[in-house]
Amino acid sequence: MGPPFSPHSPQAQAIAGVFSLVLAIAAVVFLVVLAGVVYSSVRYRSRGITTTEPKQIFGSRKLEVLWTVVPLLMVTGLFIVTVRAMIFIDAPQETSRPPDLVITGHQWWWEARYPNGVVVPWDIHIPTSRRLRARIESADVIHDFWAPELARKIDAVPGRWSYIWLEADTPGSYTGTCSEFCGAQHAWMRFRVIAEPDQSFEAWLVDEAKGTVDKVPGLPERLFRDKGCSKCHTVFATEPSSGKGPSLAHLASREFLGGGISRNTPENLMLWLTDPQAAKPGNRMPNTPLTAEERGALLMYLESLR
Amino acid sequence: MTSWLCAIDHKRIGILYMLSALLFFLAGGMEAMVMRAQLAAPNLKLITPEIYNQMFTMHGTTMIFLVAMPVLTGFGVYLVPLMIGANEMALPRLGALSFWLQFFGGILLYFSFATGAAPSAGWFSYAPLSEKAFSPGVGLDYWALALLMIAAGSIGSAINLIATIATERAPGMTMRLVPLFVWMTLVTSIMIVFALPALAASLVMLLSDRMLQARFFDPSQGGAPLLWQHYFWIFGHPEVYIVVLPAFGMISEIIPVFSRKPIFGYPFVATSTVAIAFLSYGVWVHHMFAVALGRNFLAVFAAASMLIAVPTGMKIFSWIATMWGGSIRFTTAMLFAVAFLLEFTVGGLSGVAFATVPVDWQMTDTYFVVAHIHYVLLGGTVFALLAGVHYWFPKFSGRMLDEKLGRWSFWLIVLGFNTAFFVQHFLGLLGMTRRVYTYPNLPWFGALNLISTIGAAILVFGILLFCANIAMSLFFGSVAGDDPWNAWTLEWAASSPPALQNFAHPPEVRSRRPLWDRKHPETADWMRV
Repeated sequence: MGPPFSPHSPQAQAIAGVFSLVLAIAAVVFLVVLAGVVYSSVRYRSRGITTTEPKQIFGSRKLEVLWTVVPLLMVTGLFIVTVRAMIFIDAPQETSRPPDLVITGHQWWWEARYPNGVVVPWDIHIPTSRRLRARIESADVIHDFWAPELARKIDAVPGRWSYIWLEADTPGSYTGTCSEFCGAQHAWMRFRVIAEPDQSFEAWLVDEAKGTVDKVPGLPERLFRDKGCSKCHTVFATEPSSGKGPSLAHLASREFLGGGISRNTPENLMLWLTDPQAAKPGNRMPNTPLTAEERGALLMYLESLR
Repeated sequence: MTSWLCAIDHKRIGILYMLSALLFFLAGGMEAMVMRAQLAAPNLKLITPEIYNQMFTMHGTTMIFLVAMPVLTGFGVYLVPLMIGANEMALPRLGALSFWLQFFGGILLYFSFATGAAPSAGWFSYAPLSEKAFSPGVGLDYWALALLMIAAGSIGSAINLIATIATERAPGMTMRLVPLFVWMTLVTSIMIVFALPALAASLVMLLSDRMLQARFFDPSQGGAPLLWQHYFWIFGHPEVYIVVLPAFGMISEIIPVFSRKPIFGYPFVATSTVAIAFLSYGVWVHHMFAVALGRNFLAVFAAASMLIAVPTGMKIFSWIATMWGGSIRFTTAMLFAVAFLLEFTVGGLSGVAFATVPVDWQMTDTYFVVAHIHYVLLGGTVFALLAGVHYWFPKFSGRMLDEKLGRWSFWLIVLGFNTAFFVQHFLGLLGMTRRVYTYPNLPWFGALNLISTIGAAILVFGILLFCANIAMSLFFGSVAGDDPWNAWTLEWAASSPPALQNFAHPPEVRSRRPLWDRKHPETADWMRV
């Protein structure tokens, strides 16, 4: 994951700027305190046993006012900078403009829904030419959507809609994660934002909507239905998600499984079929009794979902 | 034994508070070490995610409710009557009841381990994660019930301290003359009385949701998850000052004595404490900046949160000015106090960063926050407490702590603490979120976490050395006498340890430093115009 202060959007840039200012102020204040402490420790250290007491000084109104007023002016300045940055960064709560993208947090995966009906887990595609107004929701507990290189973080609160601007100034893959503790697998609720030039974004969206499921007729597909997989998972990118488990459309072309917990290799995928709790302890997927043959067929089926 | 169980003397109850805090401190420290071990390298599997979540939940709850609050209450209950020239607390039996409520609250919380399901929703237990639907185990019920008991105990001891300071002061000791530790304990106690009921109310709502199918926090039934956050942080942010202000009070006693000068600007230090108390009730939403709550609303809380830096900074400068021009004796107590000044400043400054809303929008819930709170609560409160223990141990026990062991433990604790927590600033800046049981192998993550774990181990070693010093000095320490530091406040006029009746005669108080007046009749403080 890229760090928060290698910004790739105007708002992330603005936050990095404010942070640099705060860091500079903090460094100056700390150096002043450090100098005062070190100087008085060295200069006024008692040497040997002295019976005389130093001059008793009880205070100085002038100095006390000084170190009240100067910090007051500093925080006033900081407050002005803060409000200006907030206005620049924050997406409006209520506008007539419908969201370009709806992002939903689940225990423990993310899902993005586009206006044309395409639903994708994990990898969220955006164009680089414009900013998207993204609505952030939660399906269960409170999550927090955080792609540090691109945008401020924002809580996904059940029963509430929150909005952010999602944008990237250069094409690339930007990682993000859930940033509010949300239960057993909070650690593995990572995602990626794939920013690409306009044409390829539009092409991706159309392609996705067409449905690219490789029909492998017969046993595997029947197994997927009869063994209960399809109760939670869909394999069609345009089918509304059940909310219980992530869509498996294009599963084979993903780089990671389980929100980043493992790479997408046949062995790791097989672990989800044999023992989902070993693959990601605490996740909501039950154990499904399958014969070795059935597991093999299902694996082949899943690996065909490109 | 029975005499301790039935104790109502403020000194015994004070010691009981401190010992129970030490016991839970060791438990909370072990939980921290389990976490640091699991985080020592990426993708470790020493413990399951569920156990990890129990560890950080219990660590946070323990350190706040079973360590910081009780130990500070213990110092208050022990020292306040002595410092104001009283023989007893105003309400001795309430004192005993408050302690045992607090202690058995802690036992109840730890009993949840025996059920196999300790609470695991964090010390903040955000709804709806803490609701039955997402946390079906009984751990959360233990957590809420235990905290209700602890809240009742805390309110009881706070009322007791307020009543004592209001009614038991020695003749002549007006509120303008009480020691700053007493001032800050008073302000803290008033804050407890106003803040803890908000916690109790939210706990009752949570228990109603969990046990009676109420729907306070369930959005599908018209409840509001954010209601929990508002209630919790209306309690939770004043709570931060509740566990910091008495530590400020200790520093305000220790630095003057070892600098041989009175506190610089007593009225400003006392007033700034009251200012912090007022402001602390108007800053709670800075824990919720990442929730989309509306820009103007957030701006108000940002302003209040930044403002609180002003009275806090005033104190730091007052302490430095007290050292300035003094004749400083670097005892172990003073070393801890000076380290406190620097570490607390780091924690205070990173706090200003979080008051700056856009910075919070990136850094909240990362390791930058973990570094911040530990610089405030460990580098701040705990260092002040260690200074306080080294300073008042002779009064408590009649014996001196060993200075050589004290210095060793000081340097180990400074080294361990800063190694463990300074690097966590960088982890936060690199994007490592907090409350994760493991993390991917990203550049620097493994190395910085390993450094942090090594630092934590050094810190543990220093703390154990400190405990050993206490145990040994209790039996073999040199005899302290009544006033080993040549100090100025009334507790040093009593014997060490003080008799059951602290003062045979009510002490004479004509200034803020009654013992200075006694020792320097020709330049007594009350003679100043």
